[in-house]
Amino acid sequence: MALLELRNVIRRFGDFTAVDNVSLSIQAGEFFTLLGPSGCGKTTLLRMIAGFDVPDSGQILLDGQDIANTPPEKRPIHTVFQSYALFPHMTVADNVAFPLKMSKVAPAEIKKRMEKALEEVQLSRFTHRFPHELSGGQKQRVAFARGLINRPRLLLMDEPLGALDAKLREDMQRELINLQKEVGITFIFVTHSQDEALALSQRIAVMNLGNIEQIGTPSAIYGTPANRFIADFIGKINLMEARVTQISNTAMTLEINGLGTTVLPPKKEIQAGDQGVIAIRPEQVAVHALAKQAEIPHAHTGKVLDFLYVGDVTTYVIELDSGIQIEALLANSSPGRARFFEVDDPVIVSWPQEAAQFLVDRP
Amino acid sequence: MNKFRLTRWLISLPPTLFLLIFFAVPSLIMIVTSFRFPGEYGGLAPLTAPETTAAEGDSGLYGMTLEAYHFFFSDILYAEIFLKSFVVATTSTLICLIMAYPVAMLIAQSAKKYRNLMILLVVLPFASNFLIRIYAWMIILGPESAFSHFINSVLQAFGFEPVMMLFSPFAVLVGTVYVHLPFMILPLYTNLEKHDPVLLDAAQDLGANRWQRFWLVTWPQSLPGVFSGSALVFIPVLGMFAIPDILGGTGDILIGNLIKDQFLGTRDWPFGSTLSIMLMLAVLCVTGLFTLLARPRVPR
Repeated sequence: MALLELRNVIRRFGDFTAVDNVSLSIQAGEFFTLLGPSGCGKTTLLRMIAGFDVPDSGQILLDGQDIANTPPEKRPIHTVFQSYALFPHMTVADNVAFPLKMSKVAPAEIKKRMEKALEEVQLSRFTHRFPHELSGGQKQRVAFARGLINRPRLLLMDEPLGALDAKLREDMQRELINLQKEVGITFIFVTHSQDEALALSQRIAVMNLGNIEQIGTPSAIYGTPANRFIADFIGKINLMEARVTQISNTAMTLEINGLGTTVLPPKKEIQAGDQGVIAIRPEQVAVHALAKQAEIPHAHTGKVLDFLYVGDVTTYVIELDSGIQIEALLANSSPGRARFFEVDDPVIVSWPQEAAQFLVDRP
Repeated sequence: MNKFRLTRWLISLPPTLFLLIFFAVPSLIMIVTSFRFPGEYGGLAPLTAPETTAAEGDSGLYGMTLEAYHFFFSDILYAEIFLKSFVVATTSTLICLIMAYPVAMLIAQSAKKYRNLMILLVVLPFASNFLIRIYAWMIILGPESAFSHFINSVLQAFGFEPVMMLFSPFAVLVGTVYVHLPFMILPLYTNLEKHDPVLLDAAQDLGANRWQRFWLVTWPQSLPGVFSGSALVFIPVLGMFAIPDILGGTGDILIGNLIKDQFLGTRDWPFGSTLSIMLMLAVLCVTGLFTLLARPRVPR
């Protein structure tokens, strides 16, 4: 049985449907992420799981029990808030011990568990400090310790790393993964940052306009996006309008606007005449100097329009002869690719045919 | 930078001098007065021996003396009046606190656009004169008022004797609470408004029920507001004389009334000054305590 199951959950605010018929199930021990742009309904969904909001219809089952109308304080679900929400008038020790006091654990036991919890997040030296005396990362760890100390069935996290700077965020991501492995508690993480979602999660649900667009592992979401929205939202991608001209049991022939035809393995439920996009990740696109044209299959000529050098990689924007712009990501360290193109350099662009995907537009 | 500092000094100098002079000089006059003899017809006896004719004789009442202090400490009556004033002030403060807290919370939790209107309503009574409002209570609590009739008919229905509400300690409390309630609501509201509502969500999420959320999260954070509101009620009530004069009975004399009597009634200025100094010391102690307690432990 799934630990948490949402069945046809709907939540409306006036005319606006924040969560539109969402169903999903989360297994015990999972690190699950709700990913989506702001306003996609992920926070509303989280608030309903925590109990701060009640669905207009649908069920929220925890261990098979419907908890949709159970108040937050009665749910074995704790939340780490975006702003940490540490109690400013309590010391670190009192903050962390708070959930245990609420469930009337014996004082000696509270002290023991509080000390252990603070040790786990390397904050033993800060027991008697107040939250305002801590750095952002330390507050973050107190918030995690407080959320985990009473062994909830589920720990919800609402963009908890949003307020940290990039370097610290990466450290915290690693710590979070380890922490989750150690405690074995199911985590539901909410974020609008696809990097964070890909780095942390075992499974991701991508949300848009109150719906779940795709659920899958990070590599499935990144590698085989279900539709144009996900392809565009997760990472960088080149999207080229295309149309299916022919389809058989073994091959699907597509006409890409201005780039001629390409042949891909057939996909289900696609018919000749369907419109859509060909999606290709920038790191799959190869860029060559003009001279080698003859040796490269499926090559397109163009010139460098712009590039962005960020140290480890360079992103080139290349305008093909047909006017289509393609982004290519080249690693700077790789010996064969160490060459930098300049703006206006004529180049040849190609990609392995099997790396491209056709995403059909569904009305 | 230096020029800036000079400007700041120049701007704050006049009010500082004003406060200093008009606090320090009267206080000094009061302290000196408390060590002198009263004059025969009010005022003060001369400092030096007067040139008297033999017929008038020498009263010997001149120079400096501890007579007034001796008088204060020799009679337990004055300690009792002080104690009674403290009891009235404490009771008023507690009643104000209990009544003001829910109001302040309600205002702080209302939509922003209504808050200013509600604050305006709280301070609206100040628009009419203080004495008029107290005399209004005299009528409301008086034996012939509809309110009195109603209370007494209810009491009689349950088999109790009818009561006279006016000229009683009850009336004094009604007056003090009524007048000082806004002074409790405003600092409490100012404090409660700053609380981060997500902390209550966090407490609830971690298992705290309504009661625990209030006592463990809202109340401790509001203590600075509680103490500053309490100081604003306690201190004026302690020295108040108008409300007990108008609403209280003959037995409801507080320090304020006693002091007023020394200057306007018995014309014993030195004793009046002594009482004032004692009151001031008491107030200073209480203020000091409140300031200490009101100091926020957590800087925002």
